[in-house]
Amino acid sequence: MDDRRSTAAGAVIGVAVMAAVDEIVFHQVLGWHHFYDRSTPSVALLSDGLLHAAELLALVGGFFWFADLRRRGVLAARSAWGGFLLGAGAFQLFDGIVDHKVLRLHQIRYGVHLLPYDVVWNVAGAVLLLAGAALTWRAWSRPAGTP
Amino acid sequence: MTVGADPLPLAAAALLASAYLFGVSRDRRGWRRRRTAAWLAGCALLAVALGPPALLPAGPSGHMAQHLLLGMLAPVALVFGAPVTLLLRVARPPVRRAVGRLLRSRPVHLLGHPATAVLLGTGGLYLVLLTPLYAAAESHRWLHHGLHLHYLLAGYLFAWSVAGPDPAPRRPGLPVRAGALFVAAAGHAVLAKYLYARADTLPPGLDGRDVAALREAARLMYYGGDLAELLLATALFAAWYRRRAPRAGGRAGTPPHTRPIGRLASHDHAGEYWRA
Repeated sequence: MDDRRSTAAGAVIGVAVMAAVDEIVFHQVLGWHHFYDRSTPSVALLSDGLLHAAELLALVGGFFWFADLRRRGVLAARSAWGGFLLGAGAFQLFDGIVDHKVLRLHQIRYGVHLLPYDVVWNVAGAVLLLAGAALTWRAWSRPAGTP
Repeated sequence: MTVGADPLPLAAAALLASAYLFGVSRDRRGWRRRRTAAWLAGCALLAVALGPPALLPAGPSGHMAQHLLLGMLAPVALVFGAPVTLLLRVARPPVRRAVGRLLRSRPVHLLGHPATAVLLGTGGLYLVLLTPLYAAAESHRWLHHGLHLHYLLAGYLFAWSVAGPDPAPRRPGLPVRAGALFVAAAGHAVLAKYLYARADTLPPGLDGRDVAALREAARLMYYGGDLAELLLATALFAAWYRRRAPRAGGRAGTPPHTRPIGRLASHDHAGEYWRA
C-alpha cells in the first residue's frame, strides 16, 4: 500500500473535479457566474485560462495516476478518498475565500444578497476539507498490514 | 469578401486519404484499424472545414468552427493515424533510411520540440487575432489559404510533439510535454476570453463589426478547444500508463517466450525504438 501516493492522486482528482463542478454547474447549468462582464478584472481573464487548463490536465493525469496505483496493487482506497475530499474542500475554500473575497475576481451570484451564498459555499468547503483530513489521518495511522 | 469552397483544399484532403489507404493496402503485417479510422476522420474533418460553407454556421462563429477543425481537431485525428510509422513499414529501404536520418537531424529535433510547437501554434494564433492580419486574410485569397495551411501544420506539429504515436527521437519527457499542453491550453483560453472582452476592437480592422457574433465566436473558441486538449491529454497520460506496465517476466507479466513477436513491431510506441 502506498498511502502517500494514493492520497496525492486522490487530491489531484479532487481539485480537478471540484473545479470542473464549479465551471459546469455554476457557469453553464445555473448561469450564476458570468463568462465575462465589465466588472471582470484583467487578472481574472488570466486566472480563468490557467485554471481551465490546469483542471483539464489534472483530471486526466489524476485518473491515469490512480489507475496505475490500482494496477500495481498499491492503491490505499481510504487514503485516496481522504485525498479526494481534501483536494475538493481545499479548492472550494480557496475559490470561496481567495478568488471571491480577497482578489474579488468574481462572485458566486450577481444581483442577490451574497452573504448566505458565501457562508454556504465556504462552510461546504470547510466540511469537505475536515472530512478529508479526518479520513486521511485515520488511513495513515492504521497499523501496518491492515487494508 | 468571404472565401467560399475551393476545389484545391478538398483535392488535397482526398489525396491525403487515398495515399494513406494505398499505404495500408501495401502493409502485409496488418495495420491497426483504429489508426486508419483516425486518419480518415482527420481527412473528413478537413473536408468539412474547407468544403461547402453551408456545412458551418455563417459569420464569425462559422469561421471559428473552421479554425478549430483545421488547427486542433483534424491535426489530432491525423496524428493518431501515425502516418510516419506507416511509411516506415511500407516504403523501400532507401526511403526508410532517409526518413530515419531526417527524424534524427538537429533541425527536426528543434522544430519537433513541444516549446517550438507552442510558439508556432498558440503564438501564431495571438499574432493573427490581435493584429490586422485576420482582417487582411478575409480579403486576400492566398493569405487566407496560407493561414489555413499554417493552422493545420502548426496543429499537427503540436499534437505530434506532445502525444503523437509516430517516432520522435529525443522527445522530452512527460513533465515538459504536459507543461507544453498546459501552456497551449491556457494560452488558448486566455486569448478567447480576451477576444470576448475586447470584441468591440479585436480582431482589429474588421469592416461591419458585429460585436455579439464576435463574442459568440470567442465563446466557441474557449470551449471548442477543450475537446482537442482532452484527447491530447488522454493520449499523453495513456502512453505514460502503458510505459509503466509491469514488464513481462515480472510478477504480473507473461513469460517473454509466450509473447507474439509481431506485437513488438505493431506496438504503439514506435517512438521508443528511435530513442534507443
